[in-house]
Amino acid sequence: MKALIVGEYRNGETLECTYELIAFAKKLGAETAMFMVGGQDDPPKYDGKLYMADSAKYGEVNPDVHTKLLLDVAHQENPDYVILSHSSYGWDLAPRISFDLKAGQVSEVVDIDDGSFVLPAFNGKLHRKVTSKTGITVVTVQSGSLNMTEQPSGTPEMTLVGGEDIETGMEFTGYEEVESAGADLTKADVIVSAGRGIGKQDNISVIQELADAIGGELAATRPVVDAGWTDHSRQVGTSGQTVSPKLYVACGISGAIQHLAGMKKSEFIVAINTDIDAPIGEVADVFVVADIKQFAPALSAKLKRA
Amino acid sequence: MEILVCVKQVPDMESKFNIDTSGTWYDETDLAYRMNEYDEFAVEQAVLVKEKLRGDTSVADTSVTVLSIGPERVKDVIKKALSMGCDRGVHIKDEQYQARDPMENASIIASFAKDKGFDLIFTGLQSQDRGSAQTGIIVARVLEMRCVTTVVGFELENDVITAKRELDGGLKAGFRTRTPAVITCQMGLNKPRYPTLPNIIKAKKKELTTIEADTMATAERMVETDALFHPEKKGAGLVLEGEINDQADKLISILREKTGVIK
Repeated sequence: MKALIVGEYRNGETLECTYELIAFAKKLGAETAMFMVGGQDDPPKYDGKLYMADSAKYGEVNPDVHTKLLLDVAHQENPDYVILSHSSYGWDLAPRISFDLKAGQVSEVVDIDDGSFVLPAFNGKLHRKVTSKTGITVVTVQSGSLNMTEQPSGTPEMTLVGGEDIETGMEFTGYEEVESAGADLTKADVIVSAGRGIGKQDNISVIQELADAIGGELAATRPVVDAGWTDHSRQVGTSGQTVSPKLYVACGISGAIQHLAGMKKSEFIVAINTDIDAPIGEVADVFVVADIKQFAPALSAKLKRA
Repeated sequence: MEILVCVKQVPDMESKFNIDTSGTWYDETDLAYRMNEYDEFAVEQAVLVKEKLRGDTSVADTSVTVLSIGPERVKDVIKKALSMGCDRGVHIKDEQYQARDPMENASIIASFAKDKGFDLIFTGLQSQDRGSAQTGIIVARVLEMRCVTTVVGFELENDVITAKRELDGGLKAGFRTRTPAVITCQMGLNKPRYPTLPNIIKAKKKELTTIEADTMATAERMVETDALFHPEKKGAGLVLEGEINDQADKLISILREKTGVIK
């Protein structure tokens, strides 16, 4: 069995998820080769065959161009699996190649079960076990779903690919960093985080009050930030900050996988939610079954008195 | 300009899900359904484009078609999209919706769209129920259209699209491309409007066509669902139920004991 791993490279660096994919392929029991559009002077730590295309020429995130390069390598390697990260890069690229390869695609894999793949569904409340019926299968892997035990090591046997110009109908015009001003949540010992369960913007003050009473920083989930209830610098999750405080209090947060990925390494997690089945329960040390709108003021009052 | 929006109806994610006897789907009895959240941004963007082009005499009238695949009940989300400002609805009636994989759904959409000359197709980035994030991209591949995914910023000037893609950790990437294109919409792209009562009434008069899916699915099923199940609770955390003040007292004593952060 052979797997072609698609490494990721951003702002001049190999991304950590690349190493998770190596671990995933090992768990699958596959021999591996790797494809990456990156920097040949600074390849990933990997013992195996690496097809490297130059990101200086082909860009780090141009889907049309990367699709062409990856398809060429896939045709050459003829793998059973093509493995990508379920990241903005991977979920964009995967269907483009699975269509051309006539491959079934399984997205956001969190586990392998005897040749089948386990995927979260319904915002993580349920899991789905699926089987691909095609000879070649494209897989995107949810970051953080595997326990990585080994430190990345090794030197790849590198083959440079590409060279010719590739036509694209999409012109990359540059990166835009999120405004870094505001809260640095990564340094906070205590984080009190608001989810959609707080109901409305006015209730941010209730969560802020609880944060003040515990001595923590206010944070929020993506929907709360998107709704404009607080600013992006307070967002925790894959599209915000990744945090690991001593205490994380999740207020009215259901626990979408993108949020869990940003906070599940916290030392102690308290979830307050009316829905006992909410996926946040999977990582919570204490689950308070209550409406945060009533519970937060009660807890704040007691903490202030104490 | 011709615009297509693809929307999906999904169960309310706050629902309590029970697995049905097939073991591969959930019991739909008494569940509330709504429009897939990501698709609301797609509908809003399509309507915004139409509103911007209204009165621009250099372009022909813009028309927005909204499409949904599924059983009879999905007409509700089509009607919602019509009341948000789409012009006509297409219901692709499908009784196999529980088993279809993204490749099949994309082939159905492409079969509908292929001879209609759509300049823009908007979809959500992914659905909340199965979350594959594949369908829109495959539609673009079948129809040989350009495709920008995970879009959080969108501008159209003549046939030039300036789009902002969300990457990870807050980083965004700008792209310039041209129509015809498929755009998959990420949350935060815009502020989806609430349908007003007059618009809900107006929407009832708009065209809503039904087509059978069976003739349109040209792709073979490649991925089969073996089982749908509740994940094992790994956390085994302590559950506090009961009266709020008691819960708060218990929580404070646990935090004092287990964490160093509460004095």
